[in-house]
Amino acid sequence: MPAAAGVKVSIRGLSMRFPAEAGTVDVLQDLDLDVREGELVCILGPSGCGKSTLLNIVGGFVRPTAGTVTIDGVRVTEPDRRRIFVFQERGVFPWLTVEGNIAFGLHHLPDGERRQRVEHYVALVGLGGFERTYPHALSGGMKQRLEVARALAVNPDVLYLDEPFGALDSITRLQMRGELLRIWQAERKTILFVTHDIDESVQLADRIVIMSARPSTIQRIVEVDLEHPRDLSSRGYIEVRDRIFEEIGLAHKV
Amino acid sequence: MLRRVLIASSGVAVLLAAWQLAAAAAAPSLLPGPLPVVRAVGELAVKGLLLRYVVASLFRVTWGYSMALVTAVPIGIALGLSTWAERAFNPFIQLLRPISPLGWIPIAILWFGVGDLSAIFLIFLASFLPLAVASMHAVHNLDETNLRAGRNFGLGRLALVRRVILPAAMPQLLVAMRITLGIAWLVVVAAEMIAVNSGLGFLIVDARNAGNRYDLVIAGMLMIGLIGLLLDSGVRRLERIEMRRRGYGA
Repeated sequence: MPAAAGVKVSIRGLSMRFPAEAGTVDVLQDLDLDVREGELVCILGPSGCGKSTLLNIVGGFVRPTAGTVTIDGVRVTEPDRRRIFVFQERGVFPWLTVEGNIAFGLHHLPDGERRQRVEHYVALVGLGGFERTYPHALSGGMKQRLEVARALAVNPDVLYLDEPFGALDSITRLQMRGELLRIWQAERKTILFVTHDIDESVQLADRIVIMSARPSTIQRIVEVDLEHPRDLSSRGYIEVRDRIFEEIGLAHKV
Repeated sequence: MLRRVLIASSGVAVLLAAWQLAAAAAAPSLLPGPLPVVRAVGELAVKGLLLRYVVASLFRVTWGYSMALVTAVPIGIALGLSTWAERAFNPFIQLLRPISPLGWIPIAILWFGVGDLSAIFLIFLASFLPLAVASMHAVHNLDETNLRAGRNFGLGRLALVRRVILPAAMPQLLVAMRITLGIAWLVVVAAEMIAVNSGLGFLIVDARNAGNRYDLVIAGMLMIGLIGLLLDSGVRRLERIEMRRRGYGA
């Protein structure tokens, strides 16, 4: 099937089966999904539904049992420096300073240009003054920003974020979402964002892909037609949120 | 700091006093006291033997140990990265491991004769296996996330080893290097008792064989301990720099 115009990432018939103690476990079953260029798509699902597996397959780290992922029409078989995966802050290299981490993917550039880029991204994620600091001395949120900066510095066209703010406290998490949106609007990357947090997905996404429990399929795709910055108490926001709660089969009361 | 120095030096003083008392109580031929030993160290220094033997021992350790280091670490990393290579070679390594390096002395002499090469070979053997095994384990313990991040930035195998695997494994490697250097220093003394005729190990057997000079024996032992201590604290310092950088026990 030819991809529609403007489609960046195209997933077709994707299935994943893992060996288990007794036989096998089907994690993903026959997924189809298109992500448009410059789009921010959240993949939302309960823990263990295989959404991280999906992202790892799209990132080229894991081979699917069946189906294909193509980006710009080219099949993905291995990781690629044009598409960077951001792990929940664990991806920063503890043996490199903030500067060293951001410069990691810029090895091939001449010194001057490399320095310029590092400077730019240090500033973009608000780590000015911490250039020579090692990650252990940074807070969780700063480490997360550092990893995002390292990813952006190589100027990728796609970012994969796997529950990137999951380990942060709720205040930092809110700030980081704002930062991510700001960066996304400035740089217009295509972003695939895995989360289990309904509010997070409604705050960020152009579209929310709701995954079913294992073996996962795409249960529904919800368009979020709300301008940024989003008003978290507006009717539109609450309507989208309620729809997702309903879709997942959760009563909206605890 | 001052307190620590005081406590440490009073410990040494107590031990010295006990040694002196024991030497006074025992027959002089059984245990030389501290003073004769100090005199023996002086005698060795004056004859120029002290420096010569220390240099000879360090020379052998340096060669054997560094040859092991540059071969064992790459091989250990390769084994750690490749499942089939590990399956093929690990049983062999585990079989060799329990054999004391000293068990190799006859073979070493057969192959390399009596001389430096034999001793260097023994130190190489003694250092190689622990370093290779430690490197292999260090690779197994790597954070998969770091590896994936490295691959994501387009690193090939060699670049991945140089820029991700080695630095990520460095804390573990440094610990293995320190422990192995200790082993190498233990082995050189033993090897020198049999395979060569210089060095601190040779000094000890020679002093006994040539006239029961137990003051020289103890002087040699003292030097061995002292240099071992210096080597250990040298590598420990490297380790601490690395650990501090990463925020462990800063």
